[in-house]
Amino acid sequence: MMKILMKNRELLLVVAIAALLVLITLRFPAFIEPANLARVYNDTSILIILALGQMAVIMTRCIDLSMAANLALCGMVVAMINSVAPGVPVPALVLLALLLGAFLGSINGLLIWKLEIPPIVVTLGTLTIYRGTIFLLSGGAWINAHQMSDAFKALPRATLAGLPVLSWLSVLMIALIYIVMTRTPLGRAFHAVGGNPHAAVYTGIDVGRTRFAAYCLSGALAGLSGYLWVSRYAVAYVDIANGFELDIIAACVIGGISIAGGIGSVPGAVLGALFLGVIKNALPVINISPFAQMAISGTVIIIAVAVNARAEKRKGRVILKKAEAH
Amino acid sequence: MLQETTKSLMKPAVALEGISKSFPGVRALSDVSLALYPGSVTALIGENGAGKSTLVKILTGIYQPDGGTLRVEGEETTFASAQAAAQAGVTAIHQETVLFDELSVAENIFLGHAPRNRFGLIDWKQMNGDARALLARVGADLDPAIRLRDLGIASKHLVAIARALSIDARVVIMDEPTAALSHKEIHELYALIDRLKADGKAILFISHKFDEIFRIADRYTVFRDGRMVGEGLMAEVDQDRLVKMMVGRDVGQVFPKTEVAIGEPVLTVSGYRHPTEFEDINFELRRGEILGFYGLIGAGRSEFMQSLIGITKPSAGAVKLDGEVLVIRSPAEAIEAGIVYVPEERGRQGAIIGLPIFQNVTLPSLTRTSRSGFLRMAEEFALAREYTARLDLRAASLDQDVGTLSGGNQQKVVIAKWLATKPKVIILDEPTKGIDIGSKAAVHAFMSELASQGLSVIMVSSEIPEIMGMADRVIVMREGRIAGRFERDDLTAEKLVRAAAGIVEA
Repeated sequence: MMKILMKNRELLLVVAIAALLVLITLRFPAFIEPANLARVYNDTSILIILALGQMAVIMTRCIDLSMAANLALCGMVVAMINSVAPGVPVPALVLLALLLGAFLGSINGLLIWKLEIPPIVVTLGTLTIYRGTIFLLSGGAWINAHQMSDAFKALPRATLAGLPVLSWLSVLMIALIYIVMTRTPLGRAFHAVGGNPHAAVYTGIDVGRTRFAAYCLSGALAGLSGYLWVSRYAVAYVDIANGFELDIIAACVIGGISIAGGIGSVPGAVLGALFLGVIKNALPVINISPFAQMAISGTVIIIAVAVNARAEKRKGRVILKKAEAH
Repeated sequence: MLQETTKSLMKPAVALEGISKSFPGVRALSDVSLALYPGSVTALIGENGAGKSTLVKILTGIYQPDGGTLRVEGEETTFASAQAAAQAGVTAIHQETVLFDELSVAENIFLGHAPRNRFGLIDWKQMNGDARALLARVGADLDPAIRLRDLGIASKHLVAIARALSIDARVVIMDEPTAALSHKEIHELYALIDRLKADGKAILFISHKFDEIFRIADRYTVFRDGRMVGEGLMAEVDQDRLVKMMVGRDVGQVFPKTEVAIGEPVLTVSGYRHPTEFEDINFELRRGEILGFYGLIGAGRSEFMQSLIGITKPSAGAVKLDGEVLVIRSPAEAIEAGIVYVPEERGRQGAIIGLPIFQNVTLPSLTRTSRSGFLRMAEEFALAREYTARLDLRAASLDQDVGTLSGGNQQKVVIAKWLATKPKVIILDEPTKGIDIGSKAAVHAFMSELASQGLSVIMVSSEIPEIMGMADRVIVMREGRIAGRFERDDLTAEKLVRAAAGIVEA
């Protein structure tokens, strides 16, 4: 029953996105041309990658507010290295961003695991620390396009079988995280820890260590996104992706990941991010002001939470025997 | 008789007559009567599950009775809510007092009825002054302005009693008030109860400790299986008769205990101790044996079991499994070694809602159902199917969320989960607490089957019939120590109650 409901929830999102596309097409027919849809997907790729990491964290009953700051710090570090040492190969920088991000995420994880500080406090703290560190490193200066090597900027844009590498990377991450979530003991532990931490302890799962792993994962994905962000927009400064942590969490919430933990899926997170991506890309072309866009995004989030809360309530506890059989 | 004379002389402050209360599948109280007299302490005595707490909840307006009448000062009335009970002057002081840690002592005493000044704002000066006066009446020398969290448990009780006085309570219910108190604090509480009596309060005193019942109570009422089985004056009764009333049974419950040849020792625990929770735990568990752990709630049984499986660390002690010394530092290591613990409170510690049935079952066995770090769904399903079938689990599909199952079936999933780890020793903590009679029988039958298959079972239970019916041997714990060991042959309910309550053999 749960599975059907989950599928329904994801189906609901697919329907919602389709309906949105139809509405937009009525005003602006070119929007649903394949090339444009591919552009919208590419534009949403970074949000998708980040939402995957946030999903893992939220599943364990935690939250990561530091993802965007982590992204900005990793992006700044690789951009600075590239500007002073253009010879360092780009794949090495990508790997560095990934590892640095994972390290920053592990700081969150350690504080939550070993010192048992509430996740919201830890990541709010590290958010400001990471932003502050960017300022210390850069002195507030920008790294602009002309300071970056061509190879550094070219990677996400390079096309492979008709799609940019950026899009392919997000597809790869979706597949990877999907396998982790559904096919490994770690993914199962994410579900169990969020679903019932007390019970998880007795089954031999280390709740703290599992949360630590979730933060390392979200950190690594934030680090990777850091490189992608600065190379795609060809600029790095203190405030990049400022406030983006809220978009990431919104994508998860829209995608049906329960803030109370334990419930959620990779397709949900991806669809949630795509839904936001479509709105963000479509509203400007049909001439809706940025302020109305924010209001619309907010409304969508509340509707999504209300729908999910109702679904949760409906499944409730089954007392009647006859209701159990289906 | 004397009893009749007191009754005719005094009008009860609160009286319950013919009260019944049922919950789905359970009759918690049937046709119970209880009268509380001004200036007198009535002890309410009974085993766990006898219906004491249901009665307290009816008296304080939390539950509504299905039938019967409630009288306050002779007037028939109903307590539609907790507020109504409080207004009628009934107040309860619980084991873990329901007060607010972050508020001051005076605020706790006057919450909801604080004195106001002429602007309608709280009159702090008067409130603190009144609080000081009330605290003096209960013999507590406390500053009304300090926060409650800075007080010890005994002082918190005094604050709770001061609060009861502030709303001019006529009935004070004390539910195991001495459970967390030191010797000296207990005597201070006795003195306070004497003062409340002199003030004309009617007191209902719930306790498992016979010495204090005889010290403090004037009257007694004994509950068993939701019925009142005896009442009278303390002066006319002795410990033996109270114990007999508590445990004597009209209907002999039949337990599906099968005779199993008991084999060699499997688990040996020696010198287990913890700085604050238990000490000197030594015992042996044999193959095919069901070893009962009986005791009052808070006797340290669950705490010991949790330390045995590595959730908390003991300060000393050794464990041998099949003759080999074992060091268990985490539940994962315990499962690996073959010792599993099925916790009580299955809602909180058992099933993982949101995961499908099969994933709940395989959760502690994932190392066996995965290959090179990846889960094998087919093996998971096979394992889950095998063990849920053995427990006769009724579910449409193993793929459905465990949260959609009824409590009894959820419990089967939890037990299947532990059996699937192929343990040598299984520890069941209150295995039938809060489930219906039919499911209880199924769990008991299953326990027998496990033992006959050569598994060793430790059964932590607070229910005497269950212990008497199922255990081959019983260890009684009291205040963190082993207070008695009994073989099945010389087991009597009286002996268990005496050991658990700390009554010296007469």
